[in-house]
Amino acid sequence: MQLRAENVSRRYFRKHGEANFFEAVRQVSLILESGKLTVLNGKSGSGKTTLLNMLAGLLNPSEGKVFLDEADLYTLEDKELSRLRGEKIGVIPQGRSAVDTLSVYENILLPGMLYGGAPRTEEAENWMEVLGISGLRNAMPAELSGGELRRMAIARTLTASPGVILADEPTGDLDSDNTETVLAALQQAARAGKTVLIVSHEADAEAYADRVYHMEHGTIE
Amino acid sequence: MKHFSLTIRNLIRRPGRTTALILLTAFLAMSLFCGTIVVSSLRRGLNSMENRLGADIIVVPAEAESKASMKNLLLQGTIGTFYMDASALEKVRETEGVEKASAQVFLSSMKADCCSVKVQIIGFDPENDFVVQPWIAESLNHQLGDMEVVVGCRVETDVGNNFRIYDRNCKVMAKLATTGTGLDTAVYCNMNTIHVLLQAAEEKGITHKIDSGNDSEVVSAIYVRVLPGADPGLVNNRLNGHVRKATAIRTAGMMTEVADSLNGVSRTIAVLIGAVWILALIILFIVFSMMVNERRRELAVYRLLGMSRKMLSGMILMETALCSLTGALSGTALGSVLVFPFTTLIETSLKLPYLECDAGTIVLCACFAITITVLVGCAAGTRTASRLSRVDPGTTLREGA
Repeated sequence: MQLRAENVSRRYFRKHGEANFFEAVRQVSLILESGKLTVLNGKSGSGKTTLLNMLAGLLNPSEGKVFLDEADLYTLEDKELSRLRGEKIGVIPQGRSAVDTLSVYENILLPGMLYGGAPRTEEAENWMEVLGISGLRNAMPAELSGGELRRMAIARTLTASPGVILADEPTGDLDSDNTETVLAALQQAARAGKTVLIVSHEADAEAYADRVYHMEHGTIE
Repeated sequence: MKHFSLTIRNLIRRPGRTTALILLTAFLAMSLFCGTIVVSSLRRGLNSMENRLGADIIVVPAEAESKASMKNLLLQGTIGTFYMDASALEKVRETEGVEKASAQVFLSSMKADCCSVKVQIIGFDPENDFVVQPWIAESLNHQLGDMEVVVGCRVETDVGNNFRIYDRNCKVMAKLATTGTGLDTAVYCNMNTIHVLLQAAEEKGITHKIDSGNDSEVVSAIYVRVLPGADPGLVNNRLNGHVRKATAIRTAGMMTEVADSLNGVSRTIAVLIGAVWILALIILFIVFSMMVNERRRELAVYRLLGMSRKMLSGMILMETALCSLTGALSGTALGSVLVFPFTTLIETSLKLPYLECDAGTIVLCACFAITITVLVGCAAGTRTASRLSRVDPGTTLREGA
């Protein structure tokens, strides 16, 4: 599954220097291939997350297009885009992304079931085991630490097994052991044919990458 | 996980928010249900009173302080024991424009060993009566004999029982249908019986004599029907001029007063319901606004995972609808518990005829309260759903990351 950005830009209307807007991403083109783990690094504020959100179909670009295989994401109706995102694109966002009223296990099973699919219990058990959160199966998100929440979000995406995985600072809250586990799991997903992008400002991920891009001031170098 | 299942989990696992929404909607439904029931019962009571009164003019002793006493007597069963000379009946009948005139004699029993209960006893003349008899005929298919009584629906006795008044036993022949007025607590008998009872009361020291009369020559009120085409106002004036020591009161005036009071009470209830609703809607608005902020992140996660705006709105609306429906049902049930057992208290407090609604009207009022409450709850939820479905998941999840 190929995810492709063509000259995408994103501007925000706010006072920035002499201009009335701030350009978070500028004319970026990028191709993410299936079976490859790509790392996009750069400093905070360089536009990495904005680009990831546009690639995920979550943020309309001010200019340019994003294609998932042949589908132009931002020409789709909300219903179609949402379904496509739910079934084919897995996003691991920054920060807390748990549904607080569901247990860890229910959170992990949630994406695959939103459109009436069968619960992927085996995969869920497997990824919970791999990521070391099996013991938290019935815990509620409010009882979890930042690192546990992060691993839960990663397990949720890996369990849903979408064609594309976009991870925003997936190792941000993790210690070195868990960082290695998570990066290895994402690499394993790429080896299994997934299209994987890791956005990170840390160097750890680069060791697992097939390709590394660096982003600065909204552009890719 | 189906959306309904998600909705139920969201409601159960956020007990504070769910309870607040249910309580608010219950409050709305209860106020609406109780208000409509009370107003409907008052209107029914007024209609019943109009139907039962049957007379155009009532002539009472001047000492009865006219309308106030009569209105209280009719509406609340306030004991009225005023008397005038029975010759007033002939004077009334002689008056131009009078078609029919029928006298009644009032006596109150005591709350003592001599009497079963404290009630208003009304003696009437079955031969000439046109006020009570048609109504009694609905429950009794023959004329009342001596020492026989017919009781109002709220007099605590059963047909066939002996009813003791001033140590005299009267047989209960029938129980009347509900009117919502003081007539429901009255006991009816013929003139012979009332005179026996007057005499018995006299023996107990309850005097009812007028200055120069004896027991058989007193009446308490004379009900008058005017001739078709006659002006009741003119006849009323003639009666006031013709019958000494008596006051003629037009029942239409009394009914208008009662109707005015009822309209006043209805307006007050409407204002109260309005105030309750405005207050509750403000709170509902605040709760929903708080919910927008509280749930922004949670709903961004749903969007991230693939829920469309429509699905998200649907889920929030379903939550709101379930809370509103639960609240509306509980509020209506609670309203029933509050309003029905306290009918007498409401009637006494409002001092107006109050006839409890029939089952059909109660069901209609309940459906009305439930429907309006659920619609208002959903309308408030729609705005929230619309705002929340437009949450930008990327930005929201990044905030406070």
